[in-house]
Amino acid sequence: MSQATLAPHAGAHGHHGHKADPFAYDPAVDAPAEHHAIYDYDSGPPVERGKFAIWLFLATEVMFFTGLIGTYIILRTGASAWPNPEERLAVDITAFNTFVLIISSWLMVRALQAGQKGDKAGILKWLGATILGGALFVGIQVYEYIELYKHGSWPNVDIFWSTFYAMTGFHGLHVVVGVIWLICAWFGAARGKYTAQNHMGLELAGLYWHFVDLVWVLLFTIVYLF
Amino acid sequence: MSPDGNSAPAHAPAHAPGHGGGAHPAQEGPRGVAAPGTVHVSHDHHELGFLRKYVFSVDHKVIAIQFMLTGLFFLVLGGLFAMAIRHQVAWPWKPIPGLSVLFPDTGGVISPEFYTMLFTMHGTIMIFFVIIPLLTGAFGNFLIPLMVGAPDMAFPKLNMFGYWAMIPAIFFALLGFFVEGGAAAAGWTAYPTLSTIATAAPGSLTGQTWWLMALTWVGVSSMMGAVNYVTTIFKMRAPGMTMMRMPLSIWGLLIAALLQLFALPVLTAASILQLLDRTLHTGFFTPSNLLVNATRPELLSNAGAALDGASGGHPLLWQHLFWFYSHPAVYIMVLPAMGFASDILSTHARKPVFGYKPMVYSMSAIAGLGFIVWGHHMFTSGMNPALGMSFMVATIMIALPSAVKVFNWIGTLWGSRIHLNSAMLNALAFVAMFIIGGLSGIWMAATPVDIYIHDTYIVVAHFHYVVFAGSVFAIWAAIYHWFPKMFGRQMNETLGKVHFIGSFVFTNGVFYMMHQIGLAGLMRRTADPYTYATYAHLQESNELITLCAFALFVWQIFFVINFFHSMFWGKRVGRNPWRANSLEWEAPSPPGHGNFDRELAVYRGPYEYGSPEVSEDYLPQTRKLGDGAARPAQAHAHH
Repeated sequence: MSQATLAPHAGAHGHHGHKADPFAYDPAVDAPAEHHAIYDYDSGPPVERGKFAIWLFLATEVMFFTGLIGTYIILRTGASAWPNPEERLAVDITAFNTFVLIISSWLMVRALQAGQKGDKAGILKWLGATILGGALFVGIQVYEYIELYKHGSWPNVDIFWSTFYAMTGFHGLHVVVGVIWLICAWFGAARGKYTAQNHMGLELAGLYWHFVDLVWVLLFTIVYLF
Repeated sequence: MSPDGNSAPAHAPAHAPGHGGGAHPAQEGPRGVAAPGTVHVSHDHHELGFLRKYVFSVDHKVIAIQFMLTGLFFLVLGGLFAMAIRHQVAWPWKPIPGLSVLFPDTGGVISPEFYTMLFTMHGTIMIFFVIIPLLTGAFGNFLIPLMVGAPDMAFPKLNMFGYWAMIPAIFFALLGFFVEGGAAAAGWTAYPTLSTIATAAPGSLTGQTWWLMALTWVGVSSMMGAVNYVTTIFKMRAPGMTMMRMPLSIWGLLIAALLQLFALPVLTAASILQLLDRTLHTGFFTPSNLLVNATRPELLSNAGAALDGASGGHPLLWQHLFWFYSHPAVYIMVLPAMGFASDILSTHARKPVFGYKPMVYSMSAIAGLGFIVWGHHMFTSGMNPALGMSFMVATIMIALPSAVKVFNWIGTLWGSRIHLNSAMLNALAFVAMFIIGGLSGIWMAATPVDIYIHDTYIVVAHFHYVVFAGSVFAIWAAIYHWFPKMFGRQMNETLGKVHFIGSFVFTNGVFYMMHQIGLAGLMRRTADPYTYATYAHLQESNELITLCAFALFVWQIFFVINFFHSMFWGKRVGRNPWRANSLEWEAPSPPGHGNFDRELAVYRGPYEYGSPEVSEDYLPQTRKLGDGAARPAQAHAHH
């Protein structure tokens, strides 16, 4: 590259000129413009950034539970004998608990519908009900754990209980995180954070909540029913 | 879109925005989603205090430098571990000079237990605290917003948490050395039951538990980073910056981030299960009727008493879960490096990247195939031969996209005007040594070969050629190349070349001969292989390797001096010292808050070097042609 052939030129819209020695610092060209604006562009798929990111996050969660459920399937199908879940677990109580969680998913949909209308009172009512549903689920699960513990059923007893506590326990932690998230959203709603135009925070919490419910339906089926 | 000429961006700025309020009012779509191509112009100029600016920073450039300094510190620590390992393998049970000051009770002699801790923590630190943080944490953070034309990451606070999640990881990783029994000693692969039975190894006391905690926190950090990177790349590109106009560095980082999103959670799940095995005595990885020395082994309890735990699990299950992540992790450690090398080769050879689209497709193919080859780490585990065959075929297929990349790099260099500066030399070395590491990879993917050479030094040679001679040289190239943008100063070329020549010679001195001693059967992870008479004649080779390793380590002093001296006293440079095309060179060096001080519009891909349309040998992505500015009359190509 010969320096002599480099004709200085002024590019379109504010391009700075080029210098003979590219390494030399020329304040006229290289100094940052003072008091410039910050340009933040939107590109790509027409979804909001937060929503795009939460789907990515949910993908990681899917892979996390794939690891747990895959472990369960490998261990159970590879075992010489596997206990009948009905003999060890209170399936009826947990079936009721599953119902509670599914209802709470529906309540969440109602909360989001209220959010889309900008109906603050509606959000508070439906979101509050969703939170109660989630809390009831956690309460029943804790009660289940306590009852099992009283009967000496603990993760170190055998591989059935190891997988049971790992899978329901990690799902339970996700429900707790979801309830905390929803409580934060409820207080946000109480402050008037969500309007008919912008209720993204509510929608993101809802997506997470539906994911947690969906995982439970799967776990309930393979851990309790089969 | 055409790679050259002008194809106007969707929303090219019609005029330069004034300094007043928003020059381009955001077009709000339904439900608050801005239409693609909209620009939000904002002004916020507030001075931050020291803590907010340099410690709890949300600026991607500062976080990148935090990751870089952390990574370089751990590179030195992991390197020191390697030196101790090499000393032991060359001169078993001889005291290491100077080490008796640190360990007076052993007189500087490495014990067999300490040796296993050293190679375990060497691998762990180099992978999880050096290569991945340097590639994705440091360069991913620095380059992604600058190269796509964004003012920062999509979620700056999440980005900050991504770095701060590394702090507990570092704490737990180092804590192992200060607990009873010492650090983890089950290898960086942490295979059960060695890792889960307390009596199996000294590091299986509590060191292994802290190791698992460290791994989990690294996973949290990587996951936060990956969500941010992918969102930023998809959602924050400047007008005209289509996916197929992105620099290959961004493609490498994007694909690596996707690998992290989809593979890493499985390792997180697995390490949590191992953590449960160790703390709650679940039985995920403990087989039924496990006997160690004809007795039922003690499981670990925090109280120190022997407890019985669940069993009925599969030790092999860990290997599957572990490699389901850790094989894709190999590509997380090399795809960004491939991207950096492509950009650096093209810029300093003043020639477009040969075959841009095949480069993108081959990276995607490597990543896709990378998900279905993990079993090749487990050929000796008693795998069904049919399954082993499938893994073998899939593994060998990765040679195809890898070869596409290598030939395209060579095609890029063919007939070009190569500027042999420090960045270019390191990038060329990356290509050369990646070929060596790649070729031995194809060869050892064949099950009959692998079963013979499993756990020998030839495997060590192979992955160090890819990860050290490959990725670390690409990291050095990237540091030399982007240092002017990071700090506004250039690194010293003479010191850079001295650093390169010594590093290149000694790297090959260390790792090339490991092929030979590996073929001779020398097994890795053995503190004193010469107790077997068969291997006694290999000690001299090991002595030479160790001398090269010491020289390689000491040689890095040139890099350290150059790095820190140039940071403060290097030659001041302007926006675009390399006369490069991509967007980061439009910003001031170093870029200020919000990165770009003018509005951007992208008209072409990033590799228009030697274009006939302009008299210069480069054509920046943002330069608009067609308005008569400095365009030769004969070139009239419009697209």
